[in-house]
Formats: sequence, C-alpha cells, structure tokens
Amino acid sequence: MIDGFLALYIFMLAAFTGYEIIARVPVILHTPLMSGSNFIHGIVLVGAMIALGHAENSFEIAIGFAGVLLGAGNAAGGYVVTERMLEMFKTSKPKPGSEGAK
Amino acid sequence: MAWLPDLIKACYFLAALLFILGLKRMSSPRTARGGIVWAGVGMLLAVVATFALPDLHNRGLMLAAVLIGVAAAWWSGRRVAMTAMPQMVALYNGMGGGAAAAIGAAELIGYAGRSVVLIDGGQFTANGGSAPSTPQVALAVLGALIGAISFSGSLIAFAKLQGWLDRRFVFPGQRVVNMLVLAAAVVIGALLAAGHLTLPLIGAFFGLALLFGLMMTLPIGGADMPVVISLYNAFTGLAVAFEGFVLQNEAMIIAGTVVGAAGTLLTQLMAKAMNRSLGNVLFGNFGAGGGVAQAIEGAQKPIEASDAAVMMAYAERVVIVPGYGMAVAQAQHKVWEFAQLLIARGVKVKFAIHPVAGRMPGHMNVLLAEAGVPYDLIADMDDINPEFPATDVALVIGANDVVNPLAKTDPASPIYGMPILDVADARQVIVVKRGKGTGFAGIENALFYADNARMLYGDGQAAAGALVAALKTLDA
Repeated sequence: MIDGFLALYIFMLAAFTGYEIIARVPVILHTPLMSGSNFIHGIVLVGAMIALGHAENSFEIAIGFAGVLLGAGNAAGGYVVTERMLEMFKTSKPKPGSEGAK
Repeated sequence: MAWLPDLIKACYFLAALLFILGLKRMSSPRTARGGIVWAGVGMLLAVVATFALPDLHNRGLMLAAVLIGVAAAWWSGRRVAMTAMPQMVALYNGMGGGAAAAIGAAELIGYAGRSVVLIDGGQFTANGGSAPSTPQVALAVLGALIGAISFSGSLIAFAKLQGWLDRRFVFPGQRVVNMLVLAAAVVIGALLAAGHLTLPLIGAFFGLALLFGLMMTLPIGGADMPVVISLYNAFTGLAVAFEGFVLQNEAMIIAGTVVGAAGTLLTQLMAKAMNRSLGNVLFGNFGAGGGVAQAIEGAQKPIEASDAAVMMAYAERVVIVPGYGMAVAQAQHKVWEFAQLLIARGVKVKFAIHPVAGRMPGHMNVLLAEAGVPYDLIADMDDINPEFPATDVALVIGANDVVNPLAKTDPASPIYGMPILDVADARQVIVVKRGKGTGFAGIENALFYADNARMLYGDGQAAAGALVAALKTLDA
C-alpha cells in the first residue's frame, strides 16, 4: 500500500500541477476548462466500480450501483459537454497568433 | 497472470499522465480540442483496466450501471442547449460528488459490517481480526463529507439555474443554523473516524452532510452561481482524491488532487473578479446588506429599435456588452448577425466581456464562439475599459450588475467595489432590457438613468432581430 508520506508527496505534487496548469489560462477558456476538470474527476467512476466490486450484501450493492451510475454520468456527461464547447472554438476561425484573450 | 496487476497499474499511470497533459492542452485555445480527447482516452483506459481487476464481484451489475449512466449522460449532454451549459456542468459535477460519497458510504458500511484491511495492490481482503486504520476511516469520512456536500449543493445549483427554484431561501439566523448542521456532521464524522462505526451514526452523518450542502446553497443568488459551481467542482475533485487514498487508487488520487487545486484557483480568480472574498460569496447574504442605497435621479429614456440601429450604423466604434440576458434569450446568433452587418458598413465592432458575466466564467465567450464570433473581436474588461471614451455607442444586451456605475460610487450598494465595464464613458449607451425591473441581484442600476443612456425594451432575441431588420431596411 502507499505509505503515508508517499501519499502526501503525491498529493502535494499533484496539487501544484493543477494550480500551475490553470494559472496561465485565458479567461476565454475558463468555462471549457472548468467543464474539462469536471470530466477528469469523473475518474471517481473507477472507485465506484471497485466499491461495487467489493460489495457483499444487497444494501452495499445498491450503494455501489448508485455510485457507478453517478460516476458514469459524471464522466460521460463531462466529456460530451466539454467536447461540444471546444468544438465551437474550432469552428470560429481565428487569425494565427491572435487567439486567446491576452 | 502475475503481470495483470502491473498492467492495470500501468494503465492507471498512463491515465493520470493523459489527464494532466489533456488539461494542459485545454489551457490554450489552439490545442484545447485535442486536450479533451487525450483525457477521454485516459478515462477509457482507466475504466477498462478496472474491469480487469481481479477479485471483483458484481461485474454484470457494474457493466449495466456504466452503460446506463453513460447512455443517459451522453444523451442529455448532446441535446442540451449551449445556454444551459452551466447547469449541466453543475449536474454532472454533483453526480461525481455523489459517486465519491457513495464510495465513502460503501467503505464505511463495509468497515462497520466486517473488519477488513487493505493489502498491497489496492484490493480488499476480508480479514477477521484487525480493524481498518484510523487515517483510512478518517479519509473515507472526509471524502464522503465533501462529496455529499458537493452532491446536494450542486443539485440545488442545477435547480436554480434551470429556473426550478427562483427564490432565494433566507431566514434569520441562517448562518448559525448552517454552521450547527456542519458542526454536527463533523462531530459525527470524528466519532466514526474514532472507531464508532455503527449504521445509525453513518446514516446520520450522511443526512447531515447532504442537508448542509442543501442549506449552504439555497440562500446563494443566481449571479453568484459561477463561483459556487466552480467551488463544488473543486470539492468533488478533493473528495475523489480522498476516496482514492482510501481505495489506494493512484489515478483517483492524482486526478482528484489536480482538479481540486485547479478548481480552487479558478474559484479564487472568479471571486476576485467580483471583488469579493469567497466567504462573502458563500455567507454574505448578497443583497441583504445594511445601509441605505443612494436614490437615483432621473428617468429611464426609451428608444425605438430603428433609431438605435441608425445610431450604430453611422457610428465609428461600437462595443457590444453581452450578459446573462443574452443567454436566456438565446440571442447570440442574432447579435452576431447584427454585428456583421455593422462591420460590413465599416463600423469597428468589438465585444466586451466581464469576467463574471453570465452564470459561469467564460460563459459569454462560449456563446459568442457558438455563434461564430472570432476571438480577436472579443475583449477582456481590462483591455476594453480604456477604449470606452473613444467609443460612439455601447450596446448592452442583457447585462446589468456588471455595468452598474453604483459599484464605483455608492458604498452602500451590495456590489460596491466590484470592477465594472465602464460603458457609461461611451458617448451613447443603448441598453437592451426586458422591462424596467432590477437585475438578478435586485439592485437599481444607475446606468439606466444616465443622460447618455437609452433603453431598448424587449427580449434580447426580439430586440436584436428588430435591430437587424432596421439595418437591412437602411441598406435597401
């Protein structure tokens, strides 16, 4: 299992990564980016699958099933919505080098 | 099959890498579209790898739940209108929070029902004797708390943005009651973490956490929703990361933490754009502040669409300021059509977007992009404000609080101190507005009474259509 301090290191580095990636984003992309990060935490689906996979009685199975349902909704919905938004950014034809708010 | 766990771990690693690279690509308009595809590949990889995990039961149910969830979300996400994006993001985010809470619930109930330990490889093994370690239970509790708050809170945000709940729900002593609910949830959570794992306590814990999310979101006004959705997005990320620690799943830890940090920063940026602290957004009871607002002198002066069209047709520079009203009226296509007609006549047209216009950061950018407006015509607040004095006509469509000069002049106003678009500096201001009422925040707007402001009453779509028609007759 992941040792406690190793876990803390992972946490710290991942937090910095998230912070740094967003720090230089033009306002124009805030919505797709929020939606994109919304999709990425759809990874919760994986955890819900594991929880369902370890469920032993019907109560636990019901909770696990609901979790997988919700997680799948998060992942799929997040993807579709983000992709639709970003697709539109493609269709407007910006001059090279002039895209972005700054 | 000794290599299978390693292969699965490798898939999780690749997924985490693809998430980070995808998010990175999403932060530049040119590569953004590829970014979501990369992240999507990572998600697919992680899900398929999880199916292959040994020692999992209920695979049939798992597959069924995944298929139903994906199909329902895919279908709803495909057909929803662009203007309804904020509530869909809130809804999907709430689902993620709910899933994280469900994981926490399943783990806690599992701990309560039997003693288990975690072994290397991220699997559970029933092991009669030893109990789960305190940090594990504590993290499961914490993730469940945050996830449950994000779940019920996001659903309320969704209902509000969808227009199902249009009244703010406020009562005296609300903050105290909310804090008591949260405190009770935390105390019970601490009891759980201390080893008192009983089903009634677990039930009470989730009940209180869900209730707090509900009560915390109910009093928040629609104009503050972007900040709230962004905050819950960060919450869900954190909840996922904590449950990832519990399940010893690296992909969940990394993806959840990255989103938690990114979402927190995004939330801060947005709160700053409104010149309010996060605490003020969450607990400030917007619009209920004390002090007597300045009385506004004068009257609103109406204008006909044909006169407005002529005014802009012969202007040199026109700045269009869209707000939530444009989104509600689905007027972005008509507005762009009008702008194109102006451009064809040689008028210099720009769109000015306030950082918190709409119900989501960048909401207006997305809608204008949908209509086909190129990026280089869209300007940020800081870039456009110095240009207003040289602007002939500022056309405000469905924006209200973000152009209200009271934010600068009236310390008693609830929006005092919020940076605004200085449209009043333009020579003429035309405001497209549905009626004479106040905006979402219920604040009078001094701009509407200014000497150089004219009101074009009507729904955004109808008004933009009338402007287009008027311009066309002018050309004919």
